[in-house]
Amino acid sequence: MKIYDGRKIIPGILIAALIFSFPFWLNFGKAAVPPKPRLPKGVKNCVKGTMYMRTSHMQLLNDWRNLVVRKNVRIFVAPTGKEYAMSLQNGCLKCHESKADFCDQCHTYLDVKPFCWDCHLAPKENK
Amino acid sequence: MEKSRRDFLKIGGISALGLSALPALKVLAGKKQPMYKLSDKALKGKRWAMVVDMKKCWEKQQKGECKDCFVACHSFHNVPQIDNPKREIKWIWTEPYKNAFPNLEYEYTDEVLKGKPFIVLCNHCSKPPCVRVCPTQATFQRKDGIVMMDYHRCIGCRYCMAACPYGSRSFNWGDPRPYIKKENMAFPTRTKGVVEKCNFCAERLAVGLKPLCVEACKAGALVFGDLGDPESEVSKLLKSNYTIRRKNDLGTHPNIYYII
Repeated sequence: MKIYDGRKIIPGILIAALIFSFPFWLNFGKAAVPPKPRLPKGVKNCVKGTMYMRTSHMQLLNDWRNLVVRKNVRIFVAPTGKEYAMSLQNGCLKCHESKADFCDQCHTYLDVKPFCWDCHLAPKENK
Repeated sequence: MEKSRRDFLKIGGISALGLSALPALKVLAGKKQPMYKLSDKALKGKRWAMVVDMKKCWEKQQKGECKDCFVACHSFHNVPQIDNPKREIKWIWTEPYKNAFPNLEYEYTDEVLKGKPFIVLCNHCSKPPCVRVCPTQATFQRKDGIVMMDYHRCIGCRYCMAACPYGSRSFNWGDPRPYIKKENMAFPTRTKGVVEKCNFCAERLAVGLKPLCVEACKAGALVFGDLGDPESEVSKLLKSNYTIRRKNDLGTHPNIYYII
């Protein structure tokens, strides 16, 4: 079998394959840094269990914002009897004091960009 | 195995009974469910309203310019101060008589009211036209009469601004944050592309406080209360004074009353 201009085509294909797989070679052998959200000190429990918060906090935030804005219900009473303010700025962020060390850790890792912060103010240290 | 029709019905009946007992059992088991509530201190009303005694305000203004109510409201609610009148954002501000009450103006009204400012804000109408036109129900009326905005839902179509006959609504043509002098961390800002307006301090009523403008007014010109309660201060003021409302003839039933 004879390839016309094989001397140009075969190295060309090889170079193209190399360029195409460049990102793979660049990160070869390196593990992505897992997110390390910093948990608030001195507080053991969030409003719900850790696993629930990990997977479904966005759903909870959606439900809470509807309850607060539209139903005027503003306090969450946990099964333990503890009361929490259903507010991002006046609730969540009072324990989770740093957006950069908590929220952004996983959000950046997963490349999700929630638009909470377009309106809600993040703690000042992040600016 | 042979089953008689009678047996079949018996078993079926018992099974159905068992199913209906399940929810009852759950209640009796008494497992604590999480609950949502409003603070016990929250102010409760049937129809929130405000009476603005402009005489008291003008008396105070004669001694020197007073902007206490605007400053209190705008600084807490992170209302940006944009000087361009085409882009400005306002929750509470002043208008001259002829603009606030155009249908009550005639050639001699100016003699008495010339240059006198009128405090205006969202009227929290009982029949709010903004709520009727909002395509996403971002603007809605609460049971206590407050016309609220859910900024999460606002798509920035500005139908409400066209519908509001009082100009109570402002549109964020750009990011408002650069125009906020000092951000209040206890309240969110708004973002580009949403409409905003006075919320009658719903967040304060929920913790038992009166609106900020009412609290800030040292002249006592702003009175807030429930018109559903005949013993409330606003109800008494309306009984003992002649009051006017803005553009009464439009049938929006505004809930801000003026004593002049």
